Amino acid sequence: MQERIPILQMGRVLLVTIQVDMHDRLALQLQDDLTNKISESGAKGVLIDISSLEMVDSFIGRVLANISSMASVLDAKTVVVGMQPAVAITLVELGLSLNGVLTALNVMKGMKLLERE
Amino acid sequence: MSSSVLATVISNGQEDLLKEWVQQQLQAEGMRRDLIKVEELTAQSREFLQRFQGAVGSGDLLNIRSMGWSPVLESIGELSRQRGRMGFTPTETALFVLSLKAPLTRLLREAHKDDPIKFIEEITVVGELLDKLGLFTMEVFLQSREEVIIRQQEDMLELSTPVVKLWDGIVALPIIGTLDSARTSVVMESLLQRIVETGSEIAIIDITGVPTVDTLVAQHLLKTVAAARLMGADCIISGIRPQIAQTMVHLAIDLSAVTTKATLAEALKTALQRNGMKVVSSSAV
Amino acid sequence: MPVLNSEVLPVRGEGDIVSVRQAVRKWAVEIKCSLVDQTKVVTAASELARNLLIYGGGGEVRLEKLQEGLRGGVRVTFEDKGPGIPDIPQALSDGFTSGSGMGLGLGGAKRLVNDFSIESEVGKGTRVTITKWK
Ligand SMILES: Nc1ncnc2c1ncn2[C@@H]1O[C@H](COP(=O)(O)OP(=O)(O)OP(=O)(O)O)[C@@H](O)[C@H]1O
Ligand SMILES: [Mg+2]
Repeated sequence: MQERIPILQMGRVLLVTIQVDMHDRLALQLQDDLTNKISESGAKGVLIDISSLEMVDSFIGRVLANISSMASVLDAKTVVVGMQPAVAITLVELGLSLNGVLTALNVMKGMKLLERE
Repeated sequence: MSSSVLATVISNGQEDLLKEWVQQQLQAEGMRRDLIKVEELTAQSREFLQRFQGAVGSGDLLNIRSMGWSPVLESIGELSRQRGRMGFTPTETALFVLSLKAPLTRLLREAHKDDPIKFIEEITVVGELLDKLGLFTMEVFLQSREEVIIRQQEDMLELSTPVVKLWDGIVALPIIGTLDSARTSVVMESLLQRIVETGSEIAIIDITGVPTVDTLVAQHLLKTVAAARLMGADCIISGIRPQIAQTMVHLAIDLSAVTTKATLAEALKTALQRNGMKVVSSSAV
Repeated sequence: MPVLNSEVLPVRGEGDIVSVRQAVRKWAVEIKCSLVDQTKVVTAASELARNLLIYGGGGEVRLEKLQEGLRGGVRVTFEDKGPGIPDIPQALSDGFTSGSGMGLGLGGAKRLVNDFSIESEVGKGTRVTITKWK
């Protein structure tokens, strides 16, 4: 049995808190689980809290971007929240700008953003 | 040379050697008696002699980087650092080890009264050894000075980058003076850090006080804006002077994705508006 | 240049990429890299370890702690006996991928570190070396 990142449902919003240094398969698993859960639950928003993540490389970045586009196809908005400054600086240097992905400073602000959108 | 001869000589003559050496140090030209007390000097010298004797007994006399010498190097390191901080010059610091030469020479001469050849052999090795230790002292001394300078530079950089909270949810970074790459990255990092700490969704970077912007600095600015966006905050750049605007166009730096305002006041107005506030004159209410 | 310490990690599966990241992080902390620099070198290492696994068919990662005068550094070497890279400048350019990636790994890793070098021979393998100085 493979470990999984838990998805929390809060009304029409799904909340995922990533706390481990994800290996690639775990990230892909999350991508699968989230898309299934969105269509099952009819959620309108997804919050991915990455404030504990110490690093985002091109693979994880791509998974975040994919989740956002897949959710958008299923009519849900995705907000990536809590990216640390060092991680953000590194991602920019790497050349990944995550265009089209919504971002917020923390979960609260992410919620507000979803309400507005 | 069998190291045991030197070791025996030292251990037999220990107290005399210590006294003579301390005396040498005190008399040496440039000894800072104002900076160090005799008791302290004696204690330092005794400690050193013990370690020195141990190293001579166990280690390779010509390779001070070998294991046996590490307690000695450690003690020299500590002493050089301390003296560097206290304001000794490099020469004054190196005197510690170098002034051991005369008393050791005397001890060896006595031990080899009947064998001048042996004496010369030994004294050559001891001389070389002490020179090496002297050079090592200088090395550590300079290194610790350099560390102090680097630390001061880092402190300066941080002092020169005050990120201020202008309003709830709005921070500003007024940059004054020339931006080089090192300073820009320190400045930008502290801005991003403050965005997180204050939970500010808007950051104003004011470059009114910056005389010139080159490609590298402009790129840094744009990267900071991109990083802030990834974190969930928007940047406004204000105070781009006409010359800088021209340079940016010449350098083909694309600012179209960034909000720019002529003055810090206007930037603040825009920021307040985005946060759902409005500035009006009180008489107009 | 004095090498103070070294360690070799095999990369055979995905879990090993995580181990490489963690080992590089540990060493970057030891030489007192700033948090940003730690993150940069860890991210570069993650990219290169993944390339090593996916394109090189696995291999070895060597970590070395360096000391040059006042500054400390971490050097990480990624070596595989895979198919090699026929056109290195092309592989380094952003956006080029022969697989399903975004083609950012090599070029990005280069931007994230102080020294970067790559040697590759078709049919023999690839070696990428990066160094981050404090
Ligand atoms: N160790 C290697 N052995 C053989 N070919 C390699 C190796 N590393 C990289 N390459 C080649 O270089 C290309 C570019 O690599 P790069 O890491 O920049 O992009 P990617 O891995 O394709 O995508 P990304 O890293 O953005 O997910 C790869 O597609 C592959 O063809
Ligand atoms: Mg890659």
